[in-house]
Amino acid sequence: MAEPKAPANAPMEQVTCTINGITAQFPKGMRIIEAAERLGIGIAHYCYHPALSAPAMCRMCLVEVEGAPKLAPACVTTVADGQVIRTESEKAREAREGTLEFYLYNHPLDCPICDKSGECKLQDYAHAEGRKRGRSLEPKRVLGQDDFGGDILYDGDRCIQCTRCVRYMREIAQDDRLCIVQRGHRSVIDTFFDHGVEGSPWAGNIVDICPVGALLSKDFLHKARVWDLDNTPSICPSCSQGCNIKIDTRDNLVMRLRPRLNPHVNSYWMCDYGRLRYDWINRSDRIEVPLVRDASGKLTVANWQDAVLGLVERLKSVRGRATTTVVGSAYLGNEDNGHLARLGGVLGGDARIFRSARAADEVPCPGFSKLARRRDLAANVRGLEELGFRRAGSDEGTGGLDGLTGGIIIVLGDELEDAPPDFGADAALFVVLGHAISSAARNAHFVLPVTTFAEQEGTFTNVERRVQRFWPALQPPPLARPAWQVLGVVLAGLDDGPAPADAASAFLRLGAWSDAFEGISYEAIGSRGALLNEPVRLTGAGQEER
Amino acid sequence: MAYPYRHERETRVLSEHFGDPAARTLAGWRERGGYRALRKALAMEPNAVIEEVKSSGLRGRGGAGFPTGVKWSFMPRDESRQPHYLLINADESEPGAFKDRELCRWTPHQLIEGALIAAHAMRARHVYIYIRGEFFEPAQIIARAIEEIYAAGIAGQDVLGSGIGIEVTLHVGAGAYICGEETGLMNSLEGRRGQPRIKPPFPAAVGAFGQPTTINNVETLCAVPHIIDKGADWYRSFGTEKSPGTKLFNMSGHLVRRGNFELPLGFPLRDLIYDVCGGIRDGRELKAVIPGGSSVPILRYDEIDIAMDYESVAQAGTMLGTASVIVMDDRTNMVKQVRRMVEFYAHESCGQCTPCREGTVWLAKILRRIENGHGTEADLDVLLDLGRNMTGTTICVLSDSAAAPVASSIAKFRDEYLALIGKADRAGFAAAGV
Repeated sequence: MAEPKAPANAPMEQVTCTINGITAQFPKGMRIIEAAERLGIGIAHYCYHPALSAPAMCRMCLVEVEGAPKLAPACVTTVADGQVIRTESEKAREAREGTLEFYLYNHPLDCPICDKSGECKLQDYAHAEGRKRGRSLEPKRVLGQDDFGGDILYDGDRCIQCTRCVRYMREIAQDDRLCIVQRGHRSVIDTFFDHGVEGSPWAGNIVDICPVGALLSKDFLHKARVWDLDNTPSICPSCSQGCNIKIDTRDNLVMRLRPRLNPHVNSYWMCDYGRLRYDWINRSDRIEVPLVRDASGKLTVANWQDAVLGLVERLKSVRGRATTTVVGSAYLGNEDNGHLARLGGVLGGDARIFRSARAADEVPCPGFSKLARRRDLAANVRGLEELGFRRAGSDEGTGGLDGLTGGIIIVLGDELEDAPPDFGADAALFVVLGHAISSAARNAHFVLPVTTFAEQEGTFTNVERRVQRFWPALQPPPLARPAWQVLGVVLAGLDDGPAPADAASAFLRLGAWSDAFEGISYEAIGSRGALLNEPVRLTGAGQEER
Repeated sequence: MAYPYRHERETRVLSEHFGDPAARTLAGWRERGGYRALRKALAMEPNAVIEEVKSSGLRGRGGAGFPTGVKWSFMPRDESRQPHYLLINADESEPGAFKDRELCRWTPHQLIEGALIAAHAMRARHVYIYIRGEFFEPAQIIARAIEEIYAAGIAGQDVLGSGIGIEVTLHVGAGAYICGEETGLMNSLEGRRGQPRIKPPFPAAVGAFGQPTTINNVETLCAVPHIIDKGADWYRSFGTEKSPGTKLFNMSGHLVRRGNFELPLGFPLRDLIYDVCGGIRDGRELKAVIPGGSSVPILRYDEIDIAMDYESVAQAGTMLGTASVIVMDDRTNMVKQVRRMVEFYAHESCGQCTPCREGTVWLAKILRRIENGHGTEADLDVLLDLGRNMTGTTICVLSDSAAAPVASSIAKFRDEYLALIGKADRAGFAAAGV
């Protein structure tokens, strides 16, 4: 007999069950491990990963379900009405302790030289619930290390055979390059043929999802202890996908980039292209102080006050008398480029251009369709376009500067490496706001030190027009300032409103200048980002008028 | 030894034609009444076949003893949506078991007939015979039998003119014990690693190739043609109320007569050893018996007054399993025997569940150390504790199987362990004059 079908838009069926004494409702079909997490109850696990299939083989997440003869794996057992689940019962705890002992039986316990130490799940669980003393008198199995190619090094002795990496390569990268060979205690993760994961654009993620120190990044190998790292939420600057990342820093240097969960953008993943492209942030050849060309024609050190006041004076004198070209940077935020665009507009007769490298193809992530290494190899190309900037030059990010003679030229971030030696020499006013010392700035009238995206707060607009925030991860050189701040003060000097006091108010000004950014605020962007022209409107006081 | 030997207390149903090469051929099998039951079954409604097997009380001979008819009734009744599969588990690899091998060797058509009847009952259109890789001769014999039935129209698109299509495929495994576990077998058949799957979903819902599947042991299916031919009541005339029928007992170890003996279930173990098998070899004394293959708890010499049916053996704290009886005399080093069995499990563990992957090899290493005279008394507690942590914590029961003989041997033969403990160390101290 067919039961009457529920309408398609009916709310999901709920079941009521009790976990550790807390009774709550969950959608039918939810796994116990997810239900427990909703209640803030963590269940230890290795093989389970929310983005991958669950083989229920690590046997860490066994919980007691009242009435069941055996402990149930919480990663595959679904909640059922009236179920009473205990994750901390004597039986469940003993099972975890017993299983952890098996994990440590062949484990080398080389935490002092292991990169994973400090963020290792085996370490964490063994400290929390493992036996205080080991009982094994037997010699340990030794498998040694294996170079998997690319950035990946495999340490077989530390491996716990959870197969997250195997399943990741199969299900997300969809590039079956890893497998278990042998069986039983002899089983080990291995690659097919010699090339291993070499050339796989997505392989770096297996290091992040490895719960222990079995998969190591050669780039990060023995570089830092993870407890010495500061983690800052940020956005990957290397393509217009805008993957959410964490910037891990030590001693004011970026040590590594890691993906940060955003289900709308990159899930748990990022590509190796972005992951390994952070050296430029650590460059030490920075512009340290404002430089102003003096009467004798030499660039000399100035303080910020003299530099900005001098610039305002010069701008006032040339304003309206010459065409203005502003050159934006796809590695800097909407706030910085927005203020640059505004300055161009205030000066009149402006052209807005940017130069940015463009790859021949996208590199899609087969297992997460929203994610790809995009063609635009900088984070804020879309933001620049929304702000009225026009792409100039070639797909290598060069050229496009030929017509720039005379007039006012204001360059933000672009190092102008390919510019001719006399670039800007005949300009009425040539201003460079940059990070690194560049020969192209030799003819500039003003050279002003600004911060990189990693040293300031701001937003990028990604390829799908999602505005996402980043936060300062590094201390900038003492005199470097965010570009929006410098340009905001200059605009104030030109009587274009008061200078913004912080990045949030700098961003709010964009809404007044550009329809695209109207109605969005930092609060609305939150941690998941907000789409342009589809603003998440807050209903709080003062927000409703917009 | 066993063929042509035949004990007068045997009831030969499945093994009637053991030792008779003529029964291997299709013609020979037909002369012996073969494929009569299949014709009868094809004329019956599938559900009626299942009911007949249900009322015969036939229980799975692969070890668990689950009622076969009930298992078949778990399959969906409607085959129009998804294909159904019948898998035959001929991956017999339990140490001590050698019944399926002989059934495949001597009576391939008995197996195929049973399989075709079962396939009809469960509306399966494809039968896979998964045979152990080391069974070279049985595999060849079955392959030849399959050729014969295709040529004779017994398999294929129109089985015996009934209009029902059933394909039969032989799949030779690569020789892994774990592929005899039903879901491990399915993975292996599909070309994956032979690792057991987590249940649920159960095979009757999601089995081989993701479709409803039933998997039966060779001996189980070999009994089916006889049940259909002669009726459930005839089958129930053998054995006990809850364990009806006959069973092949695989007798090995220190016996005068070893081999397969077919007896009704409920046959006394003592008679099996001392009468049917002629007692212990070389006039020695019995020390221990493993009644159901290496994975079941051991019985001591004074615990053998039990009936060999599923219930009575379970009551004695062990399991009938595959009725693979391993008999050990008084010269046997129990620690060595247990170590040897645990090493087998360590070698055959698929390695996906940690308690089994690490636990089996750990047990084996401790046992070997004790055997070599370097053990301590504390090792026994560790062995028992590890065994407890390996029991009920894994996807399949291989881990439990490895732990069972360890626990039962320590409980029943503790003095043998104690005699070995520290033996080499003591000798070393004595030699050094300590």
